[in-house]
Amino acid sequence: MSVAGLRVAYGGADVVHGIDVEVPSGPYGVGLIGESGSGKTTIARALLKLHPVSAGSVTFDGTDVLSMRGSSLSQYRRDVQMVFQDGDGALDPRMSVFSTVSEPFVVHRTVPRAQRRERVAELLDEVGLPIDVIGRYPHQLSGGMRQRVVIARALALTPRLLVLDEPTSALDVTVQERVLQLIERLRDERGLAYLLISHNLAVVDRLCESSIVLYRGQVMERGSTATLLSRPLHPYTRALRSAVPEIGVTRPPLTRISTGSSTSGRSTGCAYAERCPIAVERCRVEPPSLRVVEGRDVACHRAEDSDDLALTVHPLVDRTDL
Amino acid sequence: MIQVRDLRIQYGDRVVAHVPELDLEPGTVTGIAGESGSGKSQTALALMGLSSYAGATVTGSITLDGVELTTKSPKQWRQIRGRRIAMIMQSPRAALNPTLKLGVLFSRTLRLHGVTRSEVGERMRSALDEVVLSGDILDRYPHQVSGGQAQRFAIALVSALRAEVVIADEPTSALDVTVQSEVIEVLRELRDRHGTAMLFISHDLAVISELADSVTVMRQGVVVEQGPTSEVLGSPREEYTRALLAAVPIIGKGGQS
Repeated sequence: MSVAGLRVAYGGADVVHGIDVEVPSGPYGVGLIGESGSGKTTIARALLKLHPVSAGSVTFDGTDVLSMRGSSLSQYRRDVQMVFQDGDGALDPRMSVFSTVSEPFVVHRTVPRAQRRERVAELLDEVGLPIDVIGRYPHQLSGGMRQRVVIARALALTPRLLVLDEPTSALDVTVQERVLQLIERLRDERGLAYLLISHNLAVVDRLCESSIVLYRGQVMERGSTATLLSRPLHPYTRALRSAVPEIGVTRPPLTRISTGSSTSGRSTGCAYAERCPIAVERCRVEPPSLRVVEGRDVACHRAEDSDDLALTVHPLVDRTDL
Repeated sequence: MIQVRDLRIQYGDRVVAHVPELDLEPGTVTGIAGESGSGKSQTALALMGLSSYAGATVTGSITLDGVELTTKSPKQWRQIRGRRIAMIMQSPRAALNPTLKLGVLFSRTLRLHGVTRSEVGERMRSALDEVVLSGDILDRYPHQVSGGQAQRFAIALVSALRAEVVIADEPTSALDVTVQSEVIEVLRELRDRHGTAMLFISHDLAVISELADSVTVMRQGVVVEQGPTSEVLGSPREEYTRALLAAVPIIGKGGQS
């Protein structure tokens, strides 16, 4: 999948400001990293054609996705599947596991009725669920099991690309670990490509070869995940990196930043300037564009100066007005 | 400050949590780690005197400065809950009355707990300052603030109440990592500034390691391992603690590189 200059608006205001995303053929994972409000879920929804796109192009296998209709759209909907954060909200409480997982077969008429049970059993086995859950309803399953059911349904049409929106954020760490292992295995065994949306860098590090860091609908930094995380250059990537709690690592206290008069309208410059501990006047007036520094793309005027900034600095900001 | 001895919480015959020993001391954070069903939230409810409202029976002893709490009447508990022992919930917005502006909610809560009218304004100001929130937030309704702001507001509330004991049940689990680190920082400052005794509950040992001086690992209602955080996480004795530790995702651990 190839996305260029994607813009998405809500109620007239752009929330995604022209971003490019490349997802190669699988097995391959691309991470979309950012906090609430960074536009990552909006991007996912736009790619799935669940939200209109105001500008830019999306192609899948070289075919324009945005103009797809009829049978090509139907094929696209088989090829690209989404897994939502909340396994609870993504499942119909009135449908059993069997009905849920076999529904794509019915809708897309891919598997005849007589074979559906066998196919569902295979899918449940593939995602590590015992066969006896087949007759159960969502409320009879744990959070981790529900998320596996959602993944099984997403796999039903043998997709080539999965869009995973915070697939483990609602889970306990031990359950998260098992779901991460499942995603890894599916990538390797099925040769799947995926776009993984997460605010958790450790999860992205585990599952994604390359990553894109978003802030307010703009790309701050992108490149190979290992490069970004071992030596983040953008102050925002650094802030995210240092926010991941690690056992045995004591973090110094956060720096406090007064946002002062930032209520007086958005600055014309860098979107991150208001939170940035190393922002200078230029950052507030001139938006930085992406440029190559040390083998990755970074949108920061001060990318070369980021050694001024200890890796551990994460700004604690009064964000009442943000 | 708080001493828990042989605490058993049960629904009918089923014991959902058994805590032989747990101490909360001023200026220290005691962590409880465990998954869903470990009994960690049940323990929190018991410390807040709320178990009976959930239909549970509590036996054993919980004392606050030597005074037994398990035998307190609901009326007596109202003098303790909020004022001396306060709680911070997982979903801060859900814990705030949606029909009240935060300023009204804040001042009413303080008044209810005996803060004089003339003192309320100053208490609110200094507490908001502690958690790095501006006064504008007082004009907003809970749905108009972010999850991180709501959680910092909740912390300002317990700070302004001068609660000696704070029970924080998964206070960062619903938040983004950066916001999580802000909330942890604010809790750490609360402990240091006011000498608060804090119980910090989480399923994530990495989060616990950020803040807790000691940790109690629970599983299915049973205490599995207990001790200073550095010892328990540095050289865990129990298989289950090791499994919890192994589940913490770590950058650079691999998969890819």
